[in-house]
Amino acid sequence: MTRTRYVEVVRPGALSTVQDLGRPGHAHLGVPRSGALDLPAHLLANRLVGNPPEAATIETTLTGVSVRLGQAGTVAVTGAWAPVTVNGRPASWSAPVSVPAGAQVDVATARRGVRSYLAVSGGIAVAPVLGSRATDLLSGLGPTPLAVGERLPLGEVTGPPGPVDVAPTGTLPEELALRIVLGPRADWFTDEAPRILTTGRYVVSTASNRIGMRLDGPPLPRRITTELRSEGVVLGAVQVPAAGTPVIFLADHPTMGGYPVIGVVHPDDLPRTAQAAPGTPVRFVL
Amino acid sequence: MRVRIIPVGLRALLVELPTPAHVQALVADLERRRTDGALTGVDDVVPGELTVLVDGVADPADLAGRLAAWRPASVRPPDGPLVEIPVRYDGADVADVARLWQVPEEEVGRIHSTPEYRVAFCGFAPGFGYLTGLPEHYHLPRRPVPRTRVPAGSVAVAGGYAGIYPRDSPGGWQLLGRTDVVLFDPDRDPVALLTPGVRVRFRNLGR
Repeated sequence: MTRTRYVEVVRPGALSTVQDLGRPGHAHLGVPRSGALDLPAHLLANRLVGNPPEAATIETTLTGVSVRLGQAGTVAVTGAWAPVTVNGRPASWSAPVSVPAGAQVDVATARRGVRSYLAVSGGIAVAPVLGSRATDLLSGLGPTPLAVGERLPLGEVTGPPGPVDVAPTGTLPEELALRIVLGPRADWFTDEAPRILTTGRYVVSTASNRIGMRLDGPPLPRRITTELRSEGVVLGAVQVPAAGTPVIFLADHPTMGGYPVIGVVHPDDLPRTAQAAPGTPVRFVL
Repeated sequence: MRVRIIPVGLRALLVELPTPAHVQALVADLERRRTDGALTGVDDVVPGELTVLVDGVADPADLAGRLAAWRPASVRPPDGPLVEIPVRYDGADVADVARLWQVPEEEVGRIHSTPEYRVAFCGFAPGFGYLTGLPEHYHLPRRPVPRTRVPAGSVAVAGGYAGIYPRDSPGGWQLLGRTDVVLFDPDRDPVALLTPGVRVRFRNLGR
């Protein structure tokens, strides 16, 4: 008889969700893409524990997560740097860690970055919705955020832990510099707007979430002030609502928008965006 | 005809078109080419009011060149499948709408259920279709103060559109009635009842 493999949530932290590669390809139905905000960190965590890239991990938000393993397994914590302990003893961050059955794994509050990724060998195996296990906070698709006492099923272990003992990870600068491609609606703004965007002092707002990163800073003046006809919006779009301060669309963003998008952030800069805490200065680079 | 193609970041294009009929024609064309295998390396084709967003494009420059030469074979869109939605016209805003339309309240359901509608595009929530077809003199503004909760199945109008709320959500549209039809179910195939191009008829069940 095979016992159901699981992890039990001991402490969910401020917001911990199940994430994977998301559900792209359904935007025409109004379904957001969702998925891990720091995709390279999610992929690395899976690689370290021997999971395929599409296996689901747990994405934390600032205050970490604690889980208890129902059986022995391998875990790895990547993304935001946070102290990791197993039954209270310090364990490696961004490395495969063998954990005995019944042991508690704690990911503490992030010292650097926002979102840590906890992978468990076998992957979180909640039922997929439209091909993905990701929690989508905008549409409510996928599992609800983790709650105390919840047991998450694990999949079959498919491979050995990754060959790297300590994986190389990028460092997080004090300032978030984002390459941006202007358009599709840059012409809806005054000629000064790109200069304001690239030289203005913007900081990450506390009102940011998986749907979008809100920025505090100088408003971007509009040239065309009529209402934009609803149009499709991409990941990384820098949308400018009526108040004039930009919002960077992240994975749970709405599929359609009614405000002009002045530019789009380079896809390679989105993982760092996901790790920028409120208060971080943001600079756009053309 | 003016087709404007605007790059969106590094991997997407936004195609601006003169009318909603052109939007539907281009979406139908692109979907046909994807099915035929003539168009590969594209993740999403997303219609908007007067645009089509093509996202997750492997070679945007090549696709932009091909789209620049695009002309609709016909702007009469292909006949999509027909979906019938039975509606009880007892919505919270029937009296307000009757006043704005300057008709008796009993007429609201008849007026709303007369035209054949078409899903122009989806958004706002999974399975929410923006339906065109309501004659222009019945177009209405949104509620001045949006509701914090509109129940699932609410049949509503705003601007030039009719729509049905797939699940409980906040909303500012004028509520005409309700239906028991399930618009979005991830465990069903197809998951969404109303997809771009689908034709819709409302059946008036009275008040």
